[in-house]
Amino acid sequence: MDLDASDADAAFRAEARAWLAAHVPATPLPSLETREGFAAHRAWEAQLAADRWSVVSWPARYGGRDATLFQWLAFEEEYYAAGAPGRVSQNGINLLAPTLFEHGTPDQRARVLGPMATGEAIWAQAWSEPEAGSDLAALRSTAVRTDGGWLLRGQKTWSSRAAFADRAFGLFRSEPGAPRPHQGLTYLMFPLDAPEATVRPIGRLDGKPAFAELFLDDVFVPDEDVIGEPGQGWRVAMSTAGNERGLTLRSPGRFTAAADRLTALWRESADPTDTALRDRVADAVIGARAYQLFTYVNASRIAAGGTLGAESSLNKVFWSELDLALHETALDLLGPYGALADDADDAPAHGSWAEGYTFSLAGPLYAGTNEIQRNIIAERLLGLPKEARA
Amino acid sequence: MRFLLTDEQREFGRTLDSLLGAADTPAAARAWAAGEHKPGRGLWARLAETGVFALAVPEERGGMGPLPLELVVAFVELGRHVVPGPLVETVAAAAFLHRLGDGAAAGDWLPRIAAGDAVVGLCADGEPFALDADAADTVLVVRGDTVCRTQARGPVQPGLDPTRRLARPLGGTVLARGPAVTEAARHATDLARLLTAAQAVGVGRALLARTVEYVCQRTQFGRPIGSFQAVKHRLADALMGVEFAEPLVHAGALALANEAASAGAGGLSAGAEVAAAKVAAGEAGYAAARAALQLHGAVGYTDEPDLSLWIRKARPLRDAWGGPGACRARVLTG
Ligand SMILES: Cc1cc2nc3c(=O)[nH]c(=O)nc-3n(C[C@H](O)[C@H](O)[C@H](O)COP(=O)(O)OP(=O)(O)OC[C@H]3O[C@@H](n4cnc5c(N)ncnc54)[C@H](O)[C@@H]3O)c2cc1C
Repeated sequence: MDLDASDADAAFRAEARAWLAAHVPATPLPSLETREGFAAHRAWEAQLAADRWSVVSWPARYGGRDATLFQWLAFEEEYYAAGAPGRVSQNGINLLAPTLFEHGTPDQRARVLGPMATGEAIWAQAWSEPEAGSDLAALRSTAVRTDGGWLLRGQKTWSSRAAFADRAFGLFRSEPGAPRPHQGLTYLMFPLDAPEATVRPIGRLDGKPAFAELFLDDVFVPDEDVIGEPGQGWRVAMSTAGNERGLTLRSPGRFTAAADRLTALWRESADPTDTALRDRVADAVIGARAYQLFTYVNASRIAAGGTLGAESSLNKVFWSELDLALHETALDLLGPYGALADDADDAPAHGSWAEGYTFSLAGPLYAGTNEIQRNIIAERLLGLPKEARA
Repeated sequence: MRFLLTDEQREFGRTLDSLLGAADTPAAARAWAAGEHKPGRGLWARLAETGVFALAVPEERGGMGPLPLELVVAFVELGRHVVPGPLVETVAAAAFLHRLGDGAAAGDWLPRIAAGDAVVGLCADGEPFALDADAADTVLVVRGDTVCRTQARGPVQPGLDPTRRLARPLGGTVLARGPAVTEAARHATDLARLLTAAQAVGVGRALLARTVEYVCQRTQFGRPIGSFQAVKHRLADALMGVEFAEPLVHAGALALANEAASAGAGGLSAGAEVAAAKVAAGEAGYAAARAALQLHGAVGYTDEPDLSLWIRKARPLRDAWGGPGACRARVLTG
């Protein structure tokens, strides 16, 4: 057991650090949850891609660097420590791309991955529906067979940044009479700018227009945009869900960097006799370090040929609660300044605590609510009996 | 980077697990609580045969250490099996004597500790009580920059965990004085903290395993209580606590093994890393104890089942060798 970087990993980290030091914008970009910010972030994705930093873990032929999992982790640590912009392409890179690497055709990979890596095509995840949240298999939108493809019909909702995105991927019911709700689903990629698609922005809790609901009225999808076999969509989707909860969506660098900023804020601003607040700062630091180390364990397991299963639910609950604790503690340290939005005249220095706080409030909800994750942990990792269901 | 235990380290843990599993350690713990040390000393001797104490002692004194990571593996098992006695203190005393330099005391005691022949107490600066001084061959008492050696003690005072017997150390002869004492005590405290954290992880794992077994088998309202979501979620949280604490304990061991060098990306100093492990493991062990008690219902609130041995140990382990407040402060000093 060791925590020592190999020479190659250390060199990779140093190269990433140098590039970021030279390129990270000096003033933060506007929020990627706004139209203006979305465009600015798209330009940043292109800049990352130009020097092959947008998708370091992908094969070189798709714009990546064939980076190992440990190199990817090092890159992410450097990225967040440098205060680099949030990734507007994250749904595509973290959720769709792994699905294509696992279930896609060579043609799909060739067509989709390049523009995804450069930010030319930004993807939205269209899973949820008004009646299908935690119970995703209750979804009702349909894919109906037509000449050379499928027609999508129905309503999707809470799709992050779909208001500005180009394309979406999601699950549709293709065999209405299937005996069980998980059966007869198909996983497809579809355009958001089709005339048959209506995209209605929904304000988030902070009012930013980044969610959207999608009304689909016979949107055509050619056969080559079906991922995996028709009818097998649930299985395809679940491999994506593991990524979403597990290590690739929320790399530890994000939290170790936030913990460092929190510690700096505490040193500058805290009343040294307030040990209650000190203890919460320490807990956030301990939590970030624990998450980092837990990720190293998982990465080591994968590097040794193992796989992650329901363990990704442990990650999900842990990072979402850690993120909340980090931001709540920061707001308490900021006192009256904690009530200001990030673009307010008197907004505190050291990062976007207000937007980060608002976003952290959603962590226990998306990527599978924490209640659902705790059920998975109890049933699959501890072996407790399934609950009685209707 | 390979942040996984090696096959040998895991095998060592399994060996201890099966040895202790077959040894009726709960009975030894109960006897220890009653002041009957013989079964506990018997366990001690068998542990010495597997090399547990030698891990703390350098080769030139008859050991094979110091090996903090292997010690951590061992102490998780000692916690899992509620092995009684000043195990942490004896191993930390060995580290203390070794650090202090090669005086006569190190020459006398280290080979005996390695062989499992000596049970040594270590009473830290500011700490009023020595653990299991009634069973110890000697007790080292650190006060400021002075260390004394004593066998005299006040009466054993009743405690929350009856297997942890607390008494005030009395008098003693001065062994050493000066900055080297302070430095050796700092190092010994870090090691004691780390091994206490490892024990807490083992206690947490044992409590979880027993409770999972119980909730699968106990039925109320016509179904196993483990199918109720409130029960599931409490156990899921307890598992999460232990799972995220253990890597911190391993990283703490790596940091102590390699105090001079940095512990890797984002690494804290060894003292801070160990303190982080202590906070997380102490809280995880205690949360597991609270869950175990709650989910066993009144069965958990009696001292007849062995479960009570683990439940009562969790809180003192959380508070020993620097409670959560002290350790959190230490984390932030970096
Ligand atoms: C910021 C954010 C971004 C999102 N982005 C996307 C996106 O890009 N694409 C997309 O498709 N979706 C997205 N979602 C939607 C998200 O996936 C759903 O919110 C989530 O699956 C929960 O569904 P729901 O909101 O319908 O809640 P419900 O399922 O109605 O749940 C409401 C409450 O009931 C609890 N509950 C439900 N069932 C159980 C049960 N069996 N046991 C215990 N408790 C239960 C839940 O835990 C929750 O607390 C996003 C959500 C948020 C908040």
